[in-house]
Amino acid sequence: MPDTLTRFIFGRLTLESLPLHEPIVVATFIAVALGGIALLGAITYFKLWTYLWREWFTSVDHKKIGIMYMVLGLVMLLRGFSDAIMMRLQQAIAFNGSEGYLNSHHYDQIFTAHGVIMIFFVAMPFVTGLMNFVVPLQIGARDVSFPFLNNFSFWMTVGGAVLVMASLFVGEFARTGWLAYPPLSGIGYSPDVGVDYYIWALQVAGVGTTLSGINLICTIIKMRAPGMTMMRMPVFTWTSLCTNVLIVASFPVLTAVLAMLSLDRYVGTNFFTNDFGGNPMMYVNLIWIWGHPEVYILILPLFGVFSEVTSTFSGKRLFGYTSMVYATVVITILSYLVWLHHFFTMGSGASVNSFFGITTMIISIPTGAKIFNWLFTMYRGRIRFELPMMWTVAFMLTFTVGGMTGVLLAVPPADFVLHNSLFLIAHFHNVIIGGVLFGLFAGIAYWWPKAFGFRLDPFWGKVSFWCWVVGFWFAFMPLYILGLMGVTRRMRVFDDPSLQIWFVIAAFGAVLIAAGIAAFLVQIFVSIRRREALADPTGDPWDGRTLEWSTSSPPPAYNFAFTPVIRDNDAWWDMKKAGYIRPLSGFRPIHMPSNTGTGIILAGFSVALGFAMIWYIWWLAALSFVCLIATAIGHTFNYHRDFHIPAAEVTQTEAARTTLLAAQG
Amino acid sequence: MASIATTAGTEPVFHLEEEHAHAEGSSTMLGFWLYLMSDCLIFAMLFAAYGVLGANYAAGPAPKDLFDLNLVAVNTAMLLFSSITYGFAMLTMDKGRVASTQAWLAVTGLFGLAFLSIELYEFSHMIHEGATPQRSAFLSSFFTLVGTHGLHVTFGIVWLVTLMVQVARFGLIEANRRRLMCLSMFWHFLDVVWIGVFTFVYLLGMLR
Amino acid sequence: MSAHDHAEDHGHVHGGAAHGSFKGYLTGFVLSVILTAIPFWLVMTGFIDDKQVTAIVIMAFAVVQIVVHMVFFLHMNTASEGGWSMLALIFTLILVVIVLTGSLWVMYHLNANMMPGLHDMREMP
Repeated sequence: MPDTLTRFIFGRLTLESLPLHEPIVVATFIAVALGGIALLGAITYFKLWTYLWREWFTSVDHKKIGIMYMVLGLVMLLRGFSDAIMMRLQQAIAFNGSEGYLNSHHYDQIFTAHGVIMIFFVAMPFVTGLMNFVVPLQIGARDVSFPFLNNFSFWMTVGGAVLVMASLFVGEFARTGWLAYPPLSGIGYSPDVGVDYYIWALQVAGVGTTLSGINLICTIIKMRAPGMTMMRMPVFTWTSLCTNVLIVASFPVLTAVLAMLSLDRYVGTNFFTNDFGGNPMMYVNLIWIWGHPEVYILILPLFGVFSEVTSTFSGKRLFGYTSMVYATVVITILSYLVWLHHFFTMGSGASVNSFFGITTMIISIPTGAKIFNWLFTMYRGRIRFELPMMWTVAFMLTFTVGGMTGVLLAVPPADFVLHNSLFLIAHFHNVIIGGVLFGLFAGIAYWWPKAFGFRLDPFWGKVSFWCWVVGFWFAFMPLYILGLMGVTRRMRVFDDPSLQIWFVIAAFGAVLIAAGIAAFLVQIFVSIRRREALADPTGDPWDGRTLEWSTSSPPPAYNFAFTPVIRDNDAWWDMKKAGYIRPLSGFRPIHMPSNTGTGIILAGFSVALGFAMIWYIWWLAALSFVCLIATAIGHTFNYHRDFHIPAAEVTQTEAARTTLLAAQG
Repeated sequence: MASIATTAGTEPVFHLEEEHAHAEGSSTMLGFWLYLMSDCLIFAMLFAAYGVLGANYAAGPAPKDLFDLNLVAVNTAMLLFSSITYGFAMLTMDKGRVASTQAWLAVTGLFGLAFLSIELYEFSHMIHEGATPQRSAFLSSFFTLVGTHGLHVTFGIVWLVTLMVQVARFGLIEANRRRLMCLSMFWHFLDVVWIGVFTFVYLLGMLR
Repeated sequence: MSAHDHAEDHGHVHGGAAHGSFKGYLTGFVLSVILTAIPFWLVMTGFIDDKQVTAIVIMAFAVVQIVVHMVFFLHMNTASEGGWSMLALIFTLILVVIVLTGSLWVMYHLNANMMPGLHDMREMP
């Protein structure tokens, strides 16, 4: 009887579920636990809980939510990168009969977790965070369209991340690769909790991502300052718009596909099984309908970052603004016509393969146009090689190589040779690191002063930059070579000793990248220490061109004391040229949304729901679902969600800035 | 924009003097519409799954053995009636009549419940005959597609009841009107999805 | 343009123009009853001998009925939300078409190439 009771209370969660037999995991757990206790202790000791809860966790301020997204991305980057360097080490030593130091059960989880974390919990939060912070400022808005939803979306993303992190210490993660193809991910071959962690983490985070996409589309369409027509929007706002369109139009696909996979696993339906008429190839087809737009979701906002950076640091208006906008829109639409190039080898035949091969090659045209636009913007510009510009140049050199290998892979016959080889791995790391990550570092260095009021330390930034760029080339060029020699991905041990040298070089590159990440953390630490010396009282440290540089750094809660009126592209540049004088009086009360803790509570219930479903704890699942619905309905009974910042407070804030600017001279 | 353009010539205007308030909830209708579009894509995936797997009977029952078009016709009628009654609720809402708005909403909810009951009866009947979601890929995709629509209707009814309580407590205030309009879009959207369901699943299924 | 947008938005929230009229709802209802009844009748009586023709006809009725619902119940028009609703709808419809036809096309070829011969999934257990 007690056994049934335990099973009722804990589902399939037992003491054996804790991976105590894996010394690496135990050591990690101890380290994380000690670090976590230290962090929580420090927060308690310095009595920061109320401050964090009031000012950050419950905040609906798009700037704070944006910063919290970036923190989430950074934390998860450390986890995802640990997985990466463990794989590099394993592959560098598992030769000549050596098994390496990771068993296959652990290794398979690591490569799956690395992919999932890097895409969903590093790149996505970074990109969403950047858009959240910058877009309302660039369009002259006070906040996003739905501030509460924004807070909720963030916490759902955190919820997904929490589930992934929990899988490290309670149970296991999927051993299926980052897209969890059935039948391997079906209940027959993956009966354990790994795939369920995968499903629920992505579903919880996916809700947040979709809602934040809707939110930002509405913000861009509805909240633009007067005079800012669509063709006067900054390019970053344009690329954000297209990205969010892609999010709203592709994440439902992921939700539906994962729901069908869950039904196969939980209910025993036959969508993707081998028997009873199920078809695993359908899963591959459907998930790539989401998967391909996803990579453009990641890269498009960074194209926007590069556009802003190139234009600002060349001191010129962006070359070919209109073509840049159209190229972005064309990429948005074309990204839905290429999904099959991820499975040319599955056997659709010549007609299908050639259609998707050609559409894939066509995408390189608008992308190429963008590269030329950036080059022509730099041409005859007064280029200042500050950190963001260095990342941009590194991006152009690196990304072009990745783009070209992508075109190689778009040729179906070539893909039959290179499919699932390390050449593919090198290709997509080349575009994701060289494009997305370099862009994020450019964006962070560019907008950091806006967010915090002081610049990032350039010395450590340059150390980080060179470690990253050189490390990237060392880490991934060997993989191109290995891929051409026919080495496939996700291998744990190797027989051919002649390959080892390339893996050692790649591991060396990974170590350099580790140094790059360390230098980035040092850069942040040093910059905070030296914030007086690096301070930017002007609010416009780079001689910027777009609206966000017209307000103070960090911007006040209301962003702009008066709603700006836009007369031209590069609104702030135009204002500076036309003799703009900052208004010093006549402030009005400003209407703002109130903070609320409902978002974090709803996300908490979602995590509980996911965890209960993963471990078959049905009572907890039912309970948390009921609580979720009840809290959501309860929230709709709160009709008072806003307040006014009194004019006196606005006057005070603006006067403080006037003093600061005057001290500047 | 015209006013901005004229002032730009003489003395540049860089900001508005008055607080430029975006009306409370001015983005809500668009945002909700975008949500519906994303929901539409979820249904598109389920339709795609049904389209690809719908003929995989795995030596099990086929649509002809299972579907009762009379029942489907009655069900369709329920949804159509609920649509027009919701429309009447919106019209009375415009005139500010709380009682009749509530009455029409209640009627809509009852039609929704009738639809759900008939659907549940159909499902239980099929499962009783051994045509379970586990039986074949055809039945998996059938139950998932039709069931997802049914779940949406269920959610719509919960939402409807919530709104009726809110209208009863706070009256037809601006926020409640906006919410009723959102639910209206949701309800009619489910109708549109049902057109796809009865055409592609039931009618075309019977033709196979 | 933006200024215009805003002016319109404010009108939308308060104005009842987007709700339609009694006549509109009734027209939509009558049309959809007709457009629903005919396909059911066609299938239930087998009025057209050729099943393929029947299939095409009822799909055409479905398309028309969806348009009727969009116009009379969802009040879609090019003006609402400054055209953005319509744009979103068109974009979504394009994607739905791509997803549906693409999946059917791709999966048909995959099945034909990778499961050739006697594997009729109607009968395969």
